[in-house]
Formats: sequence, C-alpha cells, structure tokens
Amino acid sequence: MTTHAFNDTNVMLGRSLKHVTRSVDTIITVTIMPIAFLLLFRYVFGGAIEANTDNYVNYLMPGVLLIAIASGISYTGFRLFNDMQNGIFERFHSMPITRSSVLWGHVLTSLVANAISVAVIVGVGLIIGFRTSAGVLAWLAVAGILALFTLALTWIAVLAGLSASTPDGASAFSYPIVFLPFVSSAFVPTETMPGPVRAFAENQPVTSIVDSTRALLDGQPVGSDVWLALGWCAGIGIVAYVFAVLAYRRKVR
Amino acid sequence: MDQNPAIRVRGLQKSFQQLHVLTGVDFDVARGSVFALLGSNGAGKTTVVRILSTLLRPDDGTATVNGCDVVAQPARVRESISLTGQFAAVDEILTGRENLIMVARLRRVPDPRRVADDLLAQFGLADAGARRVATYSGGMRRRLDIAMSFIGDPPVIFLDEPTTGLDPEARLEVWKMIRDLAGGGTTILLTTQHLEEAEKLADRIAILHRGTIIASGTLAELRELLPPARVEYVETQPTLEEIFLATVGGGEAQR
Ligand SMILES: Nc1ncnc2c1ncn2[C@@H]1O[C@H](COP(=O)(O)OP(=O)(O)OP(=O)(O)O)[C@@H](O)[C@H]1O
Ligand SMILES: [Mg+2]
Repeated sequence: MTTHAFNDTNVMLGRSLKHVTRSVDTIITVTIMPIAFLLLFRYVFGGAIEANTDNYVNYLMPGVLLIAIASGISYTGFRLFNDMQNGIFERFHSMPITRSSVLWGHVLTSLVANAISVAVIVGVGLIIGFRTSAGVLAWLAVAGILALFTLALTWIAVLAGLSASTPDGASAFSYPIVFLPFVSSAFVPTETMPGPVRAFAENQPVTSIVDSTRALLDGQPVGSDVWLALGWCAGIGIVAYVFAVLAYRRKVR
Repeated sequence: MDQNPAIRVRGLQKSFQQLHVLTGVDFDVARGSVFALLGSNGAGKTTVVRILSTLLRPDDGTATVNGCDVVAQPARVRESISLTGQFAAVDEILTGRENLIMVARLRRVPDPRRVADDLLAQFGLADAGARRVATYSGGMRRRLDIAMSFIGDPPVIFLDEPTTGLDPEARLEVWKMIRDLAGGGTTILLTTQHLEEAEKLADRIAILHRGTIIASGTLAELRELLPPARVEYVETQPTLEEIFLATVGGGEAQR
C-alpha cells in the first residue's frame, strides 16, 4: 500500500511538474512582483526608511521571499481547480490509485516551484547587494522554515482550489496573504507603527518568521522567535490540511 | 440467468435534489459480453456509469461489478474497471504519449513506454504522440481517451458515448477494437446515442427511460416488441432506431 502511495504520488508529481515547466511564464509572473518590491524598497524607499541596519537588502530579503511564496501558492489553487473542471480528475478517481496522491502531487509541486522562485529572487538579491554570513546549518534552517511556510500555505491553496467555484476564486484567496508581510517587521521595524497596527504586526505569524529568518541569514542568535515561527507554520498547516482533506472527501463522494 | 454476471444492478435509485433520475434500474451484464445502454438526452445513462465506476453514490439499490459492491468495496471495484467518460479525460498539457505512460505507470503495468507506443500505433496517433494534447482535434482526443482506458487489461470497461465526435472511419476502427476486446473476454458496458452502434456491437441492449429500463434483450428480442404485421408490411427488419422510437415515443407525448 505504501509503495503504491509512493509510486502514485511520484507519477502525479511528475505530471504536475511538467505543467510548471511548460508554463515558465508562471514562474516569471510569480517572481517579477517580489523582485519589483526588492528594487523599489532598495532604490526608492530604502533611503528614507530608518531600519537600524547597514544593509537594507539583507533586511528586506525575508519579507520579499515570503511575498513570493504567498503569491506562488495561488497557482496551486488554480491548477487544482482546473484539474477538477477537467475530466482527468474523474479518470484518476475511477482508477485503483491512492487517492491522496492526487493532492500530494500538487503539494510537492508547489514546494519545488516555490523553491525555484526563492532561488531566483535570492540570485537577484545577491546582484543588488544581499550579503549573508550564514553557514550551512543556518541555510538549512532557513530552507526548512521557508519549506514549512510553503507547505502550510499550499494546504490553504488546496482548500481554496477544492472549494472555489471560479478560477479567480481559486487564486484570489492569496491576495490577503501577500499583503501580510507589509503589516509586519518585513520592511520597517514594528516600533515605528501606531498602537493597534503595531499590536497586530507583532503578533501575526509573518513577523516571527521574518525575524527568525533574518537572524539566521545575519548569523545572529535566533532566540525563541524560531519556535514561534515553526509553531505558526505547523498550526496553520495542520488546520488547513484537515479542512482540505475534508473538502476533498466531500468532493469525491 | 447468469449466476455470476460481470455487472449486476438491482433497484438502483438516484435523485439530484427534486430530480429523480433513476427510479429503479435493474440489469445484468454477462462476462465477456457487450452491453449497450440506450436513452434520450438526460435519461440517466451517464449517472448509471458514474455509479458503476464508483464516482457517485446511489441513493438506493445495489450494484456489483466483478462481484464487488460499488458502495461497500469501491477500491476493489476500481481494480477491475476502466472508464472512458462522456467528455475526454486527458491532460492537455502533456503529450499523447505522456498521457498514456502516466496511466500505464499508475496502473503499474510493466514497460509503460512500450505500452504507450503500441497504443499510439493502434489508435492511429503514432505521428501525433509527441505533440501536446492541446493541439489535438476532438476525434484525436477521443481516441487517446479510449486508448487510456485500454491500459492494464481491466476485466470490465465502461465507455460513455465512446464514438461521439468520431468520423465514420474512426468509428469503425473503434468498433473493431471493442469487438476484439469483447472477443478476448473483456466485459463492456457502453452508452450510445448512435443506435446503429448498439445494433452492430451489443450482445444485449437496454433502453433507459424515465428512470427505469423499459425494454431489454438481444436485438432479436427487442424486434419482437414491435407488432409483426409492421415487419411484414415494410418487408424488412425494423431497425433499432424504430424500436427505440416506438418504445420511447409512447411516453414522450405526455411530457
Ligand atoms: N451532479 C448533478 N447535479 C444535478 N443534476 C444532475 C447531475 N448529474 C446529472 N444530473 C441530471 O440528471 C439527469 C441525467 O443526467 P445524465 O448525465 O445521467 O444523462 P445522460 O443519459 O447521460 O444524458 P446525455 O445523453 O445527454 O449524456 C439530467 O437531467 C441531468 O441534468
Ligand atoms: Mg451522458
């Protein structure tokens, strides 16, 4: 049974990855906006922002990566929605395969596609002055946090793709998530914000993820932030996963 | 009657909200035979096929495929069936060959590539195999769709309007393949609007109308449903089309 699940998920992953590699424009679309933000904040707003840092690109990087991931997952919702409109879903469901592989194929594809966007953006960052003193372990930790963040958001995308009634609905859910980094410590320190906004910014998930990622990339001690960040990702991921699986069960009788 | 039919349907009922699509459907399909389900648009043919292929739960009644209950043992049923739905279920972004390889790998047949190449040749798609399905014509898509259902030699195959949209030549090709499959022992349940298709292919035919099977049997048995005088008058055997219209027509007037 488990070997079947592995084989089936592998086939589904291969199929879905071909969808990504054959529409390279989706990767460009996903990376272009975060890169624009990177350039905008670096060369336009950066001079006026007082972030107590000698390298503002370093400061920006975590938030920009989260924006990239948040907009990247909307394609997972979109692709899943399209699959359900197409008869191919019914064909899969009438076949002797592990049913969860249909969803996991999309979820693993999301991890791969977002890893590619993150790599592209880090590359652009290096060109415009991003420097890191992080060692291998710190990089692995950053990769782990970003992967967990991607996984959590992807299950939200799966839920949206399964429940939406239009292709726009299947991707629109990500807009609010894309904006969360702006009301966090991603671009300016939260101390500069007025009371209620600051309270929100300091207690929403993005701030802990940004702070711990930034500390890891800067070679600083991460403190308890990293556990808070992992807790948020795991919590959001588990809740979204449960609702996504329930929505899937409802959908496939 | 056959003690161990490939498909057995008893008292099948299904409603969508107020719409009672199936109100008690009964039929058996013998192993290795071709069974045609006829009915007007909206009669419920696709609904029957979807229930039998475990995509839809019936409200009442039972259906077994290859000895397994579609509600209680859906996973076992899926192991013995293959479905070609009414609308082509192919991946547009993959090539035809990749579609076939994907299904072959999911069905865990040995040597998926060779299986794919053989089927492409058999279905006249060898030249188009390396092209994305999005560039295929409707008929090519349909042929690929049917080819995908032949992978893994499932003992029972459901074909929902398999030849709709095919040109006469391709239709004859598909008919021949269906006959070959049945000759090899595969049980085939097909639905069709094309009455000639049922006449040519099916061992037994059932007419689904107003939620039940109003007539079923071999073509010869169905012919007997018409008054023999009429047969003598036109000095020819009634076509299935006439039988269909005669049996269905009575009810149509009350709509
Ligand atoms: N998911 C659904 N929700 C609501 N109504 C449905 C659903 N599926 C089918 N129906 C209705 O059930 C009836 C039977 O549909 P079905 O698709 O089984 O007919 P059919 O015999 O296959 O018709 P056709 O020859 O046009 O393909 C139709 O009136 C259809 O509108
Ligand atoms: Mg139909």
